[in-house]
Amino acid sequence: MNLLPWTIYLTLGGALLALAAGARSAAAARWLALATALAGWGVTLLAAARFAPGPGLQTLVDVAWIPELGVRYHLAADGISLTLVVLTGLAATAGVLFSWNITERTGEYFALYLLLIAGVYGVFLSADALLLFAFYELAIAPKYFLIAIWGSTRREYGAMKLVLYSFAGSALVLAGLLWAHAASGAGFDLADLAAGPYTVGEQVGMFALVFLGFAVLAGLFPFHTWAPTGHVAAPTAASMLLAGVVMKLGAYGCLRVALPLFPAGLAFWQPVIAWLAVAGIIYAGVIALVQDDFKFVIGYSSVSHMGFVLLGLAAANAGAVGGAVLQMFSHGVIAGLLFAVVGRMVYDRTHTRRLRDLRALPLHRLLPFAAVTFVLAGLASMGLPGFSGFPAELLILVGAWRTSPVWALAAAAGVVLAAAFTLRAMQLAFFGRAGRLTDAVTSGAARPAVAPYQPITWPERAGALLLLGATLLLGLRPDLLLNWITPSLQSPLFQAVLKGGAP
Amino acid sequence: MSGFPWLSAIIFTPWAGALLLAWLRRLGPAVSRWLALAFSLSTLGLGLAALAAFHPAEPGYQLVERQQWMPALHVEYHLGLDGMSLLLVLLTGLVAPAALLASWRQERTPWLYGLLFLVLQGSALGVFLALNFFPWFIFWELSLVPAYFLIRIWGGSGAARAAYQFVIYTLGGSAFLLAGFAAIYAVTSTLDFPALAAGGGLAARLGHPWATVAFLGVFLGLAVKVPLFPFHTWLPPAYAEAPTGVSMFLTGVMSKMGVYGFFRILWPLFPASLHAAAGTLAWLALGGAVAGALAALVQEDLKRLLAYSSLSHVSFCLLALFAVAGAGPAGAAVSVAAALNGAVLQMFNHGVTAAALFACVGMLEARGGGRRGLHDFGGLRATAPVFAGLCGIALFASLGLPGLNGFISEFLILRGVFGLAPGFAAGACLALLLTAVFLLNFYQRVFHGPAGAGAGHGPDLSGRERLTLAPALLVMFLVGLVPQLALGLINPLVTAWAAGGPRP
Repeated sequence: MNLLPWTIYLTLGGALLALAAGARSAAAARWLALATALAGWGVTLLAAARFAPGPGLQTLVDVAWIPELGVRYHLAADGISLTLVVLTGLAATAGVLFSWNITERTGEYFALYLLLIAGVYGVFLSADALLLFAFYELAIAPKYFLIAIWGSTRREYGAMKLVLYSFAGSALVLAGLLWAHAASGAGFDLADLAAGPYTVGEQVGMFALVFLGFAVLAGLFPFHTWAPTGHVAAPTAASMLLAGVVMKLGAYGCLRVALPLFPAGLAFWQPVIAWLAVAGIIYAGVIALVQDDFKFVIGYSSVSHMGFVLLGLAAANAGAVGGAVLQMFSHGVIAGLLFAVVGRMVYDRTHTRRLRDLRALPLHRLLPFAAVTFVLAGLASMGLPGFSGFPAELLILVGAWRTSPVWALAAAAGVVLAAAFTLRAMQLAFFGRAGRLTDAVTSGAARPAVAPYQPITWPERAGALLLLGATLLLGLRPDLLLNWITPSLQSPLFQAVLKGGAP
Repeated sequence: MSGFPWLSAIIFTPWAGALLLAWLRRLGPAVSRWLALAFSLSTLGLGLAALAAFHPAEPGYQLVERQQWMPALHVEYHLGLDGMSLLLVLLTGLVAPAALLASWRQERTPWLYGLLFLVLQGSALGVFLALNFFPWFIFWELSLVPAYFLIRIWGGSGAARAAYQFVIYTLGGSAFLLAGFAAIYAVTSTLDFPALAAGGGLAARLGHPWATVAFLGVFLGLAVKVPLFPFHTWLPPAYAEAPTGVSMFLTGVMSKMGVYGFFRILWPLFPASLHAAAGTLAWLALGGAVAGALAALVQEDLKRLLAYSSLSHVSFCLLALFAVAGAGPAGAAVSVAAALNGAVLQMFNHGVTAAALFACVGMLEARGGGRRGLHDFGGLRATAPVFAGLCGIALFASLGLPGLNGFISEFLILRGVFGLAPGFAAGACLALLLTAVFLLNFYQRVFHGPAGAGAGHGPDLSGRERLTLAPALLVMFLVGLVPQLALGLINPLVTAWAAGGPRP
């Protein structure tokens, strides 16, 4: 466990090295970035192997940072953080693999990329609210540059919108935290802040600020509009990280800070959040159904799937919250995979993302690997049993039912929508021309005649297989993660949350 | 003997075959075809082995396999076999190899076709054998994936739309099914079918409005799959656009997945809700039986004709179930047993017969250069007497001629329904009459009369084609003449149901 802080330091160090190496050789920067991402992931896996599940945060480092304000450099982890840092390591590694074709200012690209990852690791490991906030901000800045410099389609607009939304969200969070700090008179340590005492009215106000601030980044309807435009504008690996990991920052903030600190606020706002989550699931699903831009379909699908996470949090019982954490992991993997196929495998070759154009191409023949990957990822995204989305969404639906059956029924409609828009995109993009799968997969002889595209490269294959393996493994053995998550929810901090915020 | 996991072997051998096909795909189409056929036949072999190990007189589950899978979710890997599932496993074992034989000439990527087909076959078997919702639902949903691609890639000109419609309808139904089970799990914390059915179902445990909601969710999921009128609109295009072998499997086996679900899940878990709803549902089933037959009467496309005829026949199974559920404990035991015997046997019979008929239409299509209109043929009896004879037998089995299998099950259903709800039996007789009309019309137009546009191309059946039909025809006679062979497996089970209420 005590290894975990090294994920942050290693990644920061790797960022500096990649920047230095990039000045000389793009290849060196790439390999350094891959080595760094792998090292970070390796550390998380090692820590996971040594992890003893139990309630409460297990402190990793705890030293004074800004004593005047009572801010401490306090890193700690429990099963929930562990789940998310493992996801971060996996997504970071896959993201580097799908960035292999970045040739413009490679060193800077990977430096910013790793900086973002370091911030994400930091957020997931922070046990001090202000430290968490600092890492959170650290993760926002690189996103702007990644999108504005290496992005596509209205990149400056997308980047600016994303950053403005993020900063507006953080401003709310900061306001809420300062209010809580002033009211409690304690430091910023999460445990201290949770001790309060706050009046119910204060909790309602603080919860609103902090939860809303974080939820913006989790894509809470109607504050989700940054997500599709940002995802679309970003370069592939950044989209993967945005949807895969950064949106989880928001959800994690809600779960780690807003819920346990202000349970009475949760009790007050619970129905509002749940209905907004359901509205997001349905609304984004419907919008995804009519998009012509392939990447927008995936962008909106992310909003829809994150709606399940927020619904799980709002349902506030052990099953639903556990399901929400599992869904965070699952969606991180699946969204990464979908963006990889759309952005890297397809768009970088065809230079179009319009379904109307892709329809005219027999893509399943030209890019069979991409087609198969997308089909599997699409099935996972639809929540088909056997893939990780299924146990996660099932747990959330079950949990939501326990709190209010109407929520579960409304959210179930989202499952149908997800199937509809995924199938539609799959059909239009890959099987547009009446299928003659034959030539593609059997006879190598026919291939040169119909393959104007560069074949799928090894980093793409490796990245795709990594992510596919993860979603299948968790689909069949979700208890691997649930065994970490469930005991963590026994922590005293979560007890009020799991009763729907009731004291 | 008891230690060997027979049921896992039944499910996973086809999947192993699918892996092997992918691995050996470079060895050419012939190897792929034979491999697919061999692994498809494994179901029949293993099913017969299971039959040998099975004690028909005991109504409970046998050859049970049970172990922890996901403790956090109370999910177990739980398989079990009773007379009904055994019959359906054997049905799959009969239909699947025949379906592969019927599509033997499939030139486009035979390995991929075989692979998807074996995945589909394994999933269907899993549905018939799983006793825990989680694995059951995996198999249930997974079956859609290969079915989608089989229709989409190898289907006719309208296949894209038909496949999409098929999957969206079924997934839509499944979402309700899933929501229903989420509700059930939320209250009971178990997903095990026998545990859920224990103590007379879930009504008391779920409480007043939610038992009905969960019932409706599960009902919708199953009703779309069967399909029950009026949820059937996906069926005619899907059956018509699918390639012959896939149509055979869809109608022969996949439509049984839904009916099986009604018997294994809906009835035991919600006996009270089903009892309350049975009056309405029986009207729907009767509506399907009659409307399907009426629609078949006016079809020009032979595949669509058979699709509607399937709808009509499958509705009979559900009519029997709803009559039994509607009568409740008040129903005369003899009638209840007859209706249930008939319903389960009808699943088997319809599977065999409808698959054979779709195979016949496939053979007609091959001779008519892709045409399969009712009026495209004529006078085939002269040029292809064997074909006319074999197809005639299948047609007569389908319309319920005594001596063939369809008669036994339809008679039992009518006998049972008469004792429980005479009005519905009278309505069902109308459907039977209409069925006779359109099937005879089929035979008349295609094999008799003046030669049509598609005739003349028609050599008689090849050895492979005869082999495709022979097992089905043999079974039609066997069950028709010695119904005890099949009823012996079902009767102890349904007698137990009739006496002690449904058990999962």
